[in-house]
Amino acid sequence: MTTMTSTRTPQPTLADNRETDLQLAGRRALKRRTTAVWIGRIGVAVIVIGGWQWFTSAGWVDKFFYGQPSGILDSLVRLFTQGTAFGTIWENLWITVQEAFLGFVLGTLAGVVFGILLGSNRYLASVFGPYIKIVNSIPRIVLGSIFIVAFGLGVVPKVLLAAVLVFFVVFFNAFQGVREVDPNLVANVRVLGASPSQVARHVTIPSAMTWIIASLHTAFGFAIIGALVAEVLGAQHGIGLIISQSQGNFDPNTVFACMVIVAVVTLVAEYLITLLEKALLKWRPPSRSEAQAI
Amino acid sequence: MVGQRPRDSVTTPHNDESAQSDESARIYIVGLTKRFLTPKGETFTAIRDVTFTVEPGSFSAIVGPTGCGKSTTLAQVSGLERPSAGSVSVGRRIVDGITSGVSYMFQADSLFPWKTVLNNVMIGPILLGTPKREATALALDWLRRVGLSGFEDRYPHQLSGGMRKRVAMAAALINNPRILLMDEPFGALDVQTKAIMQTELLQLWEQLRPTVLFITHDLDEAVALADQVVIMTSSPGTVKDIFEVDLPRPRGDVQEIRHEARFLEIQGRIWESLRDEVTRAYQQTSGAAA
Repeated sequence: MTTMTSTRTPQPTLADNRETDLQLAGRRALKRRTTAVWIGRIGVAVIVIGGWQWFTSAGWVDKFFYGQPSGILDSLVRLFTQGTAFGTIWENLWITVQEAFLGFVLGTLAGVVFGILLGSNRYLASVFGPYIKIVNSIPRIVLGSIFIVAFGLGVVPKVLLAAVLVFFVVFFNAFQGVREVDPNLVANVRVLGASPSQVARHVTIPSAMTWIIASLHTAFGFAIIGALVAEVLGAQHGIGLIISQSQGNFDPNTVFACMVIVAVVTLVAEYLITLLEKALLKWRPPSRSEAQAI
Repeated sequence: MVGQRPRDSVTTPHNDESAQSDESARIYIVGLTKRFLTPKGETFTAIRDVTFTVEPGSFSAIVGPTGCGKSTTLAQVSGLERPSAGSVSVGRRIVDGITSGVSYMFQADSLFPWKTVLNNVMIGPILLGTPKREATALALDWLRRVGLSGFEDRYPHQLSGGMRKRVAMAAALINNPRILLMDEPFGALDVQTKAIMQTELLQLWEQLRPTVLFITHDLDEAVALADQVVIMTSSPGTVKDIFEVDLPRPRGDVQEIRHEARFLEIQGRIWESLRDEVTRAYQQTSGAAA
């Protein structure tokens, strides 16, 4: 009898202990996993960069053609301390970023406007559909040559090429976004007496926004590519010019250094776009945006 | 009084002492036919020669097998689509565009996922041009009436299915519509939530008494809620029978009414009529699949 009561009373505390133990174990497992992931990540970087350095310094791979991590670092330091033949690295970077950004904005605006217009008008979509497919299938990067011939070596052809590349990415997403609008929502506001412009403001545009913003991640990458390629084709300033000059001087380290700089810029832009996405799409269930982050 | 009546007879609801006998809320459907052009260029008759009347302030349910054109009928009443033949009149006016004073409630929640609960409910008055301050006050009042005070700033995905339905109900009723069209609004809910929603819908309806046209698959739901049950045939849909449900109002808890002898009697009679159609529709679809 007494033994029974005495065994019964400690039971809840035992269960409590087990509960906290479980939670602690769970937290430890999570910590272990995070540590393992980071060890793996650092390991990959060490193997790739270290292997590169080792192979080139041992002479198995010719550093004259493939560069060398230490050489890239030297180039980076030189770029930022001594600048280039065309001004400081900051001036050149600023010009490239400016071109990419303007092209990004221009291409996005055009893509959104045309996407929504054609998405909500079946007739226009049928008329323009085949032409858009044709234009999408030609190698648009070649347009850069035409823009340089037409607009010279200034900023304009770079902005245009970036905009053209961005346009199609955003356009197709905006178009699809409008097509995916829930017909029930449209019917609902129409019954409530909404005018076409109110339907666009309350239903079509917010609904397409998910798709448009998803496309911006890819679009900024394309803007940078457009600006760089146009600069390589012909420019007076910019990272693309530094790249093409280094190519002429057989200097792969500086080419790689420019790639690193551009990658940092793109990562920063990506981060800003993610912030914008979080602000504009805060209504979305979290699981979806998490899936997108991966 | 349960029984069949001639299809085009105009009936008076049995319990309309409290009801608004506002002529402008009567739905008068005459010879309504709707044909669609299929993508292959063939014509498909969705509904044929549908005729019935919904009295002002009464609650009518349309029951019929899947694909019999119930939703098509509703779309013609709302003015979202134009009939191929026949007509729908609301009040004395023939519907030839969006009818004012109509609200629609769909099976899928037609809430804006990007708007907060408050803004979802507010959309009705806002579209009518009500100033934002008044619309907010009205929406807050309606959220209180459907028991969702404190949830104003949530987004729809943060609510349960039943709560989303309540938001949709508040959004549908906030403009005090003459006519409420409901297309299987509770079809996607689990059984318990469905019963709760039905009871709440009846309570709100008793307060405002809009004319309701309610589509459902569920005969129990139709009998529990409606004054009049319209049975439609399988495709092309047309009116087979119209039954009157004279269960007393207010009906109270929908869960309990289902066990009353009178309910079961009425339900049994309507099922007699519906069974043939459901069987026929099933054979049609399974025949087509084979």
